[in-house]
Parts: sequence; C-alpha cells; structure tokens
Amino acid sequence: MRNLRTSFFSSNNEVRAVDDVSFRVEKGKTLGLVGESGSGKSVAAMSILRLIGPPGKVLAGEILFQGRDLHAITERELRSIRGSRISMVFQEPMTALNPVLDVGSQIAEAVLAHPEVSKVSKREAWAHAVQAMRDVAIPDPDKRARDYPHQLSGGMRQRVMIAMALVCRPELLIADEPTTALDVTIQAQILELLADLQKRFGLSMILISHDLGVIAEVAETVAVMNAGKIVETGTVSDIFSSASHPYTQGLLAAVPRLGSSRTRQDLNA
Amino acid sequence: MHDAVPTLLEVQNLKKYFPVRRAFLSRLASHVKAVDDVSFSVLQGETFGLVGESGCGKTTTGRAVLRLIEPDSGEVRFDGADLLKLSRTELRRKRRDMQIIFQDPYASLNPRMKIRNIVGEPFIIHKIHTSERDDRVAELLKVVGMDSAAMNRYPHEFSGGQRQRIGIARALALKPKLIVADEPVSALDVSIQAQITELLRELQRKFGMAYLFISHSIPVVEQLSRRIGVMYLGKLVEVGTAEQICWSPKHPYTQALISAVPVPDPGSRTKRIVLRGDVPTPLNPPSGCRFHTRCPIAEERCRKEEPMLRTIGDGRAAACHFAS
Repeated sequence: MRNLRTSFFSSNNEVRAVDDVSFRVEKGKTLGLVGESGSGKSVAAMSILRLIGPPGKVLAGEILFQGRDLHAITERELRSIRGSRISMVFQEPMTALNPVLDVGSQIAEAVLAHPEVSKVSKREAWAHAVQAMRDVAIPDPDKRARDYPHQLSGGMRQRVMIAMALVCRPELLIADEPTTALDVTIQAQILELLADLQKRFGLSMILISHDLGVIAEVAETVAVMNAGKIVETGTVSDIFSSASHPYTQGLLAAVPRLGSSRTRQDLNA
Repeated sequence: MHDAVPTLLEVQNLKKYFPVRRAFLSRLASHVKAVDDVSFSVLQGETFGLVGESGCGKTTTGRAVLRLIEPDSGEVRFDGADLLKLSRTELRRKRRDMQIIFQDPYASLNPRMKIRNIVGEPFIIHKIHTSERDDRVAELLKVVGMDSAAMNRYPHEFSGGQRQRIGIARALALKPKLIVADEPVSALDVSIQAQITELLRELQRKFGMAYLFISHSIPVVEQLSRRIGVMYLGKLVEVGTAEQICWSPKHPYTQALISAVPVPDPGSRTKRIVLRGDVPTPLNPPSGCRFHTRCPIAEERCRKEEPMLRTIGDGRAAACHFAS
C-alpha cells in the first residue's frame, strides 16, 4: 500500500481518517496494525477492499496486490478478488453474520459467490463449508453447520467467520480486531488457530488490533498508527524493545502488564 | 501488620439465582446460578479485585453487595451492619458510605443533566444541605482532574475518559468508605485506562476508601489490588494476594487465565495453557467441580465431588482437589 488517503466528508468538513499511509505485507507473514480508537487502522484496512462507502472516499494512493493496483481496477475485477483471494474477518461476529441463515449456508454462499475459484453445485459448496468448519476446529461440523449464529458461543461464531474467510483459500487475510470481543481464554484459542492456519495454508495476514499484547504475539512486522498516520514501522522486536517514536513509547508504557504486584509495595497495606 | 486493619465488608455464602421462564407466564424452568455461595472480605482502605470472564458472576456479586440486586441468601456485613437485614430507609442511609462506578461512561450519566446536577445529585438524595453545593461540585471536579467550568456542560460534550472522571467525582461526593468499581476502565483506550487507574490509586491514597474492583483483565486488577478473588461460573475458585494469584496461582483455571494474557513482549512468546472448549452455561453448570470440563488436570473425582474453597496456607485459598 502506497500513500493511501481516505477521508470522510460532512457538509463542510473533511476528516482525514487515513493520511498518506504506506505499508507492505510479505507473503506468508503477518503485519500487525496497531493504534487506539479512531487512529484509522480499520479504515486503512477497509480501503484495501474498497469497503469504504459514502461519505467516505479513497482519495489517493496505490494498493498493490501481487503487482496489481486494486485501486485502479473495475468493481467487477475487484469482486473476483474480494472474499476469495483477499478476505476479511471482523470484530463482532454477531453483527457480521446473518441471524436468520444457518452458518453452513453462509459459508457455502462465499463459495458460490466465487465461481471463478471453483464452479460447484450447492451440495458441493455445502461440503466445502463443512470442511472449512473442520479446518477451524469446530467440533462436530456436520451438525454445527445447521446451527444459526445465536446458537453458537462468541468463540464459535468467530471460528465460523474465519471459516467463511478461508473457504476460498485466500492469499491474504485481513483480521480486524478478531479477538477483541472475546474472553482471554477464548482469545488464546483463536490466536492459536490463526497461527496454525497461517502455517498450514501459507496465508499472509494483516492483523488489526488495539492490543499490543496480541500484536506482539502474532505479528512479524508492526505498523503503529495515530491520527490517520503511521508513526512507526518495524519488526516486532524493534518496536517492542526499542521504539523510537514517543507515541509508540507512550502506548507501550500504558499497557497494563502482569507483574506490577512484584514491583510496588505501597498498595493500600 | 494487616491484622490491625479492621474488616469493612464481609460477604458470606452470597447467592443470587435468576429464574428462567421458558415462555411468558409459564412455569419456572430453571435458574441461572449467577452467584453461588461466594464469600470474601474487604479490609478498610484496601482494594479487593474480583476477576473472571464474561458470565462468571463478578458484576452480579458487586451489585448484590450493594443490594442493587437483591441477593437470595447469604450475609453482607458492611461497617458493622448486616445489609441484607436493613429496612429500606436504613439501607438508604447506609448507601452514603458505599458507591459504585460503572463500566460504560456513556450509559451511566444522564444525557439531559448538566454535570453540576450529576455530581451534585448525591447531596440532594441524601438531603445534605450544603449551602455551597456548587463549591463542593467544583472541588470534586478538581479532585478528579477536571476544570470546574465543566459544571455547566452536558455529558455528550466530554470524551470517554472525562466522563469516567465525572462518574468518579459523583461516587466520591459523599466520601464513601467503599466504592464498587465495575470494569471502570474496560471501555477506554489503553492510554486513558492508565490515567484512570492512576487517578483511582491517587484518590485512595488521599481519601482512604476501599475498592471492590471488578474486571475481566488480570493485569488491570493486579495494578490496583492488594488481594484478588478469581471467579468461574458463579464460584470463587481462588483467593490470595495479588502477588500470589499472579505469580504462583494454584488453581488450574487461574493458571490458564494468567497464561492466556498476551504479553507485549515478542521475546517472551512462551507456550501457553490453552483451555479447550467454551465456558459452560451457568444454567446447567457441570457436576462436581465446575471447571472439570475444561481443566487440563481433571480426574474422575472432579466430575463427582465439588471442591470447597479451602485455605492452603499463607492466607490464600483455592477450590481445587489438587491444590496445595
């Protein structure tokens, strides 16, 4: 991604949500995009797949995916990439899933939407869906595929989202706060699953999170965003051991870490 | 040294079951055992942290202690009185000394009230006629790090962190002895979280009230608490000092919970304990030890026999057959 600019417009104002942002994701690796609320990290990611609707607009920049500029291609061409070669997992699995359709059909829909990947019958698409659910370690996938989203726990719903994103075997997965809505023990399961899938399918990943702990755990390279700009990029070890930008340093210092009970003594004793 | 500090709040065998009806007016189907036989105590001026995942009953415990939710049974002794036996008027008088800070700073402030009235309302409710109410409000705002000009503004004019400060000012108004802080920083960005945590610590140093600090985040709880209780499916599974809980947890659930916390240090990517499965529903909790369905060391016995929360030395306690 080079020099991306995305703005949102109101009648007399322009908000530069993403302002001259560039980053790259290497094949098979994970880029962590970190920042606080409103830093523009989600908007940057959504700009990649042209998911920004009015009043927002991608104003400038190149989004090169395997040498092709996604910003320049037609909507039809983009549609053959979105969901099949680049796909996305969202934060809130309850709002991202259709509540009145069983999850198997929703995953199968992703297969049927991309005949250019594999032209299949409905029955075959269903089989793909069940296999995808097996890939994300949902127990008893044949049965669970007939469940509706509300019948599944938060962790299971997020697995369904991941199955849907991966069913067409994309090369790039954009995961926008995939574990934020989950409890820590479930978060640990999902992060383990993502790492495992990445290894198995050679996925490249953009992981968006506000949680530096999550980023440190899964990313190889990190881009720190603040107020629409990338303030610092580097390898995880660089960012976490020798952050040079004051914003990154401040963010790191603010993270509550385990171990504070060992270093202090004053506490209401 | 701690022996000298008197107990402010003592909770014994607290229970809260929510009835579940299958359909409108139909027969009672079952109960959600939100809080099931929970006991702990909070000393004067200390912070006791309650930690656990969604649905473990930590919030219900916090509210039941204040009788914002009526507990079904148990005993809550606060500052010499048995709260559950007090009449409405007596309870109202007692409430002066116990306040609450809520998680969502957007939902807990009335959008149609000016800050002056939000922070000043406790004085009206408790009929404390200070002629200089505005001065008191201004002073409270100052204490939480806000400008007194905020008085004439409405909640929507403030950011999340500022609103949380306003909520804290309101809780402080009557100089309570206990503040129940229910996830006070969870809705905030990390940099703001750090400010609010620091503010809570500073206020405690200044005014000496006790906190019952409720959070799903172990690192956040550890920052403020002297002692911590860990809850799972309506039960306290382990209690100890912050250091004991965070550095040598004895209960396998506490161990997994701590191990699951992502550490912002790529050098320390260690093998973590990843629990299988989901938290079971509190509608129908597992038999025996409630954790046995996910426990890495569960044996036959755990399926049948429920482990009691028992002392395992050093003032700590765990509810596991194998903890020692």
